[in-house]
Amino acid sequence: MQRRTLIAATTVLMSSLGAGLATTPVRAQALAPDAFVRQLSGEVIDAVRTDKAIQSGDVTRIRTLVDTKVMPHVNFDRMTAMSVGPQWRAATPEQRKRMLEEYKTLLINTYSGALTQFKDQSVVIKPLRAGSGDSDVIVRSEVRGQGEPIQLDYRLEKNGEGWKIYDVNVGGFWVVDAYKGQFAKDLNNGGLDALIGRLADKNKAQPAASKS
Amino acid sequence: MSPWRRLAAQSILLVTLAALGGCASLIPRSSSEMAASAGPTTQRSDPWERFNRAVFGFNEVVDAAVVKPAAQVYRDVLPQWLRRSVNNVFGNLSDVWSAANLVLQLKPQPALEMGMRVATNTIFGLGGILDVAEEIGLERRSWEDFGQTLGRWGVGTGPYLVLPLIGPSTVRDGTARLVDNRFSPGRLAFREQSDRYSALAVQALSARVNLLTASKVLDDIALDKYIFIRDAYLARRRSLIYDGEPPEEDTSRPADPPTQ
Repeated sequence: MQRRTLIAATTVLMSSLGAGLATTPVRAQALAPDAFVRQLSGEVIDAVRTDKAIQSGDVTRIRTLVDTKVMPHVNFDRMTAMSVGPQWRAATPEQRKRMLEEYKTLLINTYSGALTQFKDQSVVIKPLRAGSGDSDVIVRSEVRGQGEPIQLDYRLEKNGEGWKIYDVNVGGFWVVDAYKGQFAKDLNNGGLDALIGRLADKNKAQPAASKS
Repeated sequence: MSPWRRLAAQSILLVTLAALGGCASLIPRSSSEMAASAGPTTQRSDPWERFNRAVFGFNEVVDAAVVKPAAQVYRDVLPQWLRRSVNNVFGNLSDVWSAANLVLQLKPQPALEMGMRVATNTIFGLGGILDVAEEIGLERRSWEDFGQTLGRWGVGTGPYLVLPLIGPSTVRDGTARLVDNRFSPGRLAFREQSDRYSALAVQALSARVNLLTASKVLDDIALDKYIFIRDAYLARRRSLIYDGEPPEEDTSRPADPPTQ
């Protein structure tokens, strides 16, 4: 049954990347990172639970939610750079622009599918284990309510007074590692352009409104 | 031979096999193989990629043709509360084996908690149908299987191995399944072999239903499903053995390339 957990974990991964981030921007109050995550998780879970359109699978609505509420709290550039690896340094601005666009669409498409699945679960944030002066922390939490609990961790970096998420771990699997593995073959075979092409094809193949 | 002696013999056989499997992963690979492989886990753990991909392909075909449709029927025919009850019963029986593994891993406190979960749910939860333990604060830890117990005691995973129908595994975990199967929910609940097969089928369907949305999402997001599932499986197993906090690997987090 490990497959079950890991695939469930993958889903929650993507839903949590949405679920873990703000609906309203958290203002500069020097929140501790775990309080930050707790607040954001709570807000997004509420938004998903109460919105009937999202519950019934309205993909456009979810995409808007993710795009406007979630992305501002993610250091997206850093995630992309880490997933692509050494070739990012050599990328032209044009390539970077295209890559960021396609990667962003990919992630949004992912959350859209996964957020509909987030129904009755609850998220429990674990006590923070970092010094108060740390600027790079891991916040650990757990999704409970359906079979075994699913580990859900965030890597956060300090961003002015607040925090930005730059990696998410679901069930032991970090998003950046996941996409490193996914991108590597295309990068090795055809370079960044090949990868961008593949992502573009994949994103285009997404139906406009899909129900599972 | 008494069942316990047989179990001991099997366990010794397993550990030996697993150790040998662990040795296989130490065989140095040519540098071209290393260059061709992708991602931190591939370099160590997938020397049998061609074989694994073939079995993976077979599993996908069977899933699309038989398992997924059956799961969809199961989901559509049975009401939610009934499916949840079935989940709970299987969960309760799985908790028994988890508790045993926690004992074997010398984690007495969690073992005791899991044991109490089973007792509470069996007695007060109508034989496991209701998960009352969760309500009163005895939450379920991640399921522990014999593969994790072996990992806890230092047995290496060995190469990544895709098992027919079962899916992702490793040499260690795959052979550990032989022990797990002796204490699977079906075997614990029933004596008749036909009943056990039925239980296994229902358990498989129930698990597949839980994954229906997830598998669709996976299709949407993965460029290479085989690699995704493999990396996720290996990362997860490692995390489970360390109970959620595996030590950082040297390869997994190189210095971040500058974003400028």
